[in-house]
Amino acid sequence: MTKSQKRLWIGLIILAFFSPLGIILPDRFGAKGAWGEWSTETLQKVLGYVPEGLRKYSDVWKAPLADYSFGGQGATYAQQIIYYMLSGLLGILLVGLMIYAISKLLVKHEK
Amino acid sequence: MHIPDGYLSPQTYAPLWGVSLLFWSVALRKMKKELSTKQIPYLAMAAAFSFLIQMFNIPIPGGTTGHAVGAGIIAILLGPWTAVIAVSVVLIIQSVVFGDGGITAIGANCFNMAVAIPFVSYWVFKLINRKSIKGARVYVAAFFAGHIGLSTGAIVTAMELGIQPLIARGADGRSLYAPYPLSIAVPVMALEHFLLFSIIEGMVTFLLLKYFLKYESDQIYAISVKEA
Repeated sequence: MTKSQKRLWIGLIILAFFSPLGIILPDRFGAKGAWGEWSTETLQKVLGYVPEGLRKYSDVWKAPLADYSFGGQGATYAQQIIYYMLSGLLGILLVGLMIYAISKLLVKHEK
Repeated sequence: MHIPDGYLSPQTYAPLWGVSLLFWSVALRKMKKELSTKQIPYLAMAAAFSFLIQMFNIPIPGGTTGHAVGAGIIAILLGPWTAVIAVSVVLIIQSVVFGDGGITAIGANCFNMAVAIPFVSYWVFKLINRKSIKGARVYVAAFFAGHIGLSTGAIVTAMELGIQPLIARGADGRSLYAPYPLSIAVPVMALEHFLLFSIIEGMVTFLLLKYFLKYESDQIYAISVKEA
């Protein structure tokens, strides 16, 4: 690994450790979440109804670590911060593995 | 910008799956021809970076949040086709593992963030930065590549959401899927990105390009590859 690559990987790990800022700052500034990504509960509150088709499809998939949390809805704020950071580290691992798997398939055929 | 399940009608998400599959197959074929072992760590780092930078939700006080995607700088450093794969991998993991973006909407989300953003960013960069790798021009090019790329992704997303009331309505006249029309979705998404999130994306693009020009200038696809 070159010196620059090492530096970049360290930078990425540091980024993962700071990732909880992505939930702390919105919380501090009273920001609700992204536009167009509301939960059905929020839609019910804001619109007074949940569009029929939206409700039907909204839970076709139960993500194992939904909302970058390991503790589901019951997690405390402090837990959420830890889970978010762990999700960042896990994310590096998962996307890294997937990229290596794809690259391996592609580069092997090249020879 | 991650469209959840249920927001897009099948008439919208199915064709977008098709479009994304097409881009993936071309991108993989191109990578098979051009990818060298030396580039694999950079590809992995690019995907990791995009994953992480998207975790940094930036608040509009009392309003919504948004984030950078990092797709523009990846397109400049590794080429737009490689960026398609790097960012798609991120979006698929986000959707399947973390529930960020719907499963049915993977095609749409990949088209918006892993196709539209990298290609627009790359074109903007090449358009502004014709030859030089010196002076302010390359940095101006990087900033606008990031800014216009992300803004385009946001507008395309808003259009997909905004056409839903036109596509499918219930007997009561209400949209069956995403509820807001184009006249709301597009201005809201365009403005919040133009004025805040895309500025962050532009700065991220600029700062990383600065790093690579200083330490790894031979790794910059948009500068070293002449024809594309």
